[in-house]
Amino acid sequence: MSGRIAEPAGDGRRHLLSIGDLGGEGIREILRLADSFAEVNTRAIPKVPALRGRTVASLFFEDSTRTRLSFETAAKRLSADTATFSAGSSSLSKGESLRDTAQTVTAMGVDCVVVRHRSAGVAVQLSRWLDAAVINAGDGRHEHPTQALLDCYTIRQRLGDIAGRHVAIVGDIAHSRVARSLVAALQLLDGGVTLVAPATLLPPAVDGWGVGVSSRIDDVLPRADVVYLLRLQRERQERALLPSLREFHERFGLSAERARSLADHAIVMHPGPMNRGVEIGSEVPEMACTTISEQVANGVSVRMAVLFWLLGAQPGIASTPDVEAAPAAEQAPAAEVAGG
Amino acid sequence: MDAEALERALRRMAHEIIERNGGTADLVLVGLQTGGVFLAERLALLLADIDGGDVPCGSLDVAMHRDDIGLRPVLVQAPTTISGDLTGRTVVLVDDVLYTGRTVRAALDAVCDFGRPRAVQLAVMVDRGHRELPIRADYVGKNLPTRRDEMVDVSDRGVVLGITA
Repeated sequence: MSGRIAEPAGDGRRHLLSIGDLGGEGIREILRLADSFAEVNTRAIPKVPALRGRTVASLFFEDSTRTRLSFETAAKRLSADTATFSAGSSSLSKGESLRDTAQTVTAMGVDCVVVRHRSAGVAVQLSRWLDAAVINAGDGRHEHPTQALLDCYTIRQRLGDIAGRHVAIVGDIAHSRVARSLVAALQLLDGGVTLVAPATLLPPAVDGWGVGVSSRIDDVLPRADVVYLLRLQRERQERALLPSLREFHERFGLSAERARSLADHAIVMHPGPMNRGVEIGSEVPEMACTTISEQVANGVSVRMAVLFWLLGAQPGIASTPDVEAAPAAEQAPAAEVAGG
Repeated sequence: MDAEALERALRRMAHEIIERNGGTADLVLVGLQTGGVFLAERLALLLADIDGGDVPCGSLDVAMHRDDIGLRPVLVQAPTTISGDLTGRTVVLVDDVLYTGRTVRAALDAVCDFGRPRAVQLAVMVDRGHRELPIRADYVGKNLPTRRDEMVDVSDRGVVLGITA
């Protein structure tokens, strides 16, 4: 995908389909927006009327708990209405096609569709079909952009600027859409990345990613600012890619001992759900260096920022103007530079 | 209105706030982003100077509560900093210019998310008229009749009336 998300698609709608769409500036803008929503989330009543009257539909063709809950919480805190669809309890099991299902949902007047699907490219396809903003909440092994955004937000919160930081992404890279989006985001923000995995769990085209690759975790950990553990996707291991889970843990898992050997400022991240004793040692999630629950909390703020960015302003109106420098006269007949 | 006149107006407003509330106990000043924040900070200093007590001062960004969200650009970088629960406090909203009243309506909505204040009052440096809602200010620096195509700018250098391009 090329072009920036700030430029509305041909139909005048914005979408969030991949990290590449956003560009570095787009990512920074969403992270800045997320700061103000993080403040909203600390209020006694964590709710603002910004998206009142808008409807956000979640189309989850694949199981998810945290991403769906996170999006729904975000939408509700912006006062949007939400509608939920999950594959198990839908007409999909009666043989309806993707396009028909999607069109049924938008015929109900939905402004935004959050979609997760086991096949790559479904979000892009829906964005062509539908008259609604589309957010990719995970498509096959391709991308999961909001996860990468909330991870970048968490790194920024703990370590400050991402530029110059070194992130080791460890584990099942081949099956991971999280890794693809995160690598793209970190590169756009000038962070360094090393992938650590056995050769069988690296994607075939990894040479073109422009990142370091290693199969020895103990060589990489000493210089890592962030250790990002990926869930070993056991349900996707259609071939025997690993000798055993125990061997994987010994060679690539972050044991408590390895976690203690990290630099003092280093953090340990995991997108969840995690397999304790496989990619992460059983006691590591409770250690102070891990950010797992911060990632979940930040996910709501970041998804509020994404929803607001897509739906809060009408197409053609940027969401970060400098009102002081450019009086609002172009937008509104009455000058309100000095407040209403 | 120059910087000196602005300072005199602020000092008078501070005295009015103290007179009306019988002191500064339970008062909280909340400056509306962005133009009201420096005025609220100045008022807080003046109140402390006159009455001796410390008056908490916060800022509030009402972008998310506006009724014209989507019709105009939204400035969300301006932080909201309100410490603690506002329940039982007397909140004085502070803004630079009172115009249509829509910002103040949004602020009233937003303030209620921080608790249930005992009372909410409004202090503005300039009331320029053209109200579109039943809202009035309790403390006014200067009443300034304007046309809709005029623009009022309040800064620490004073108040300037201009014509929009």
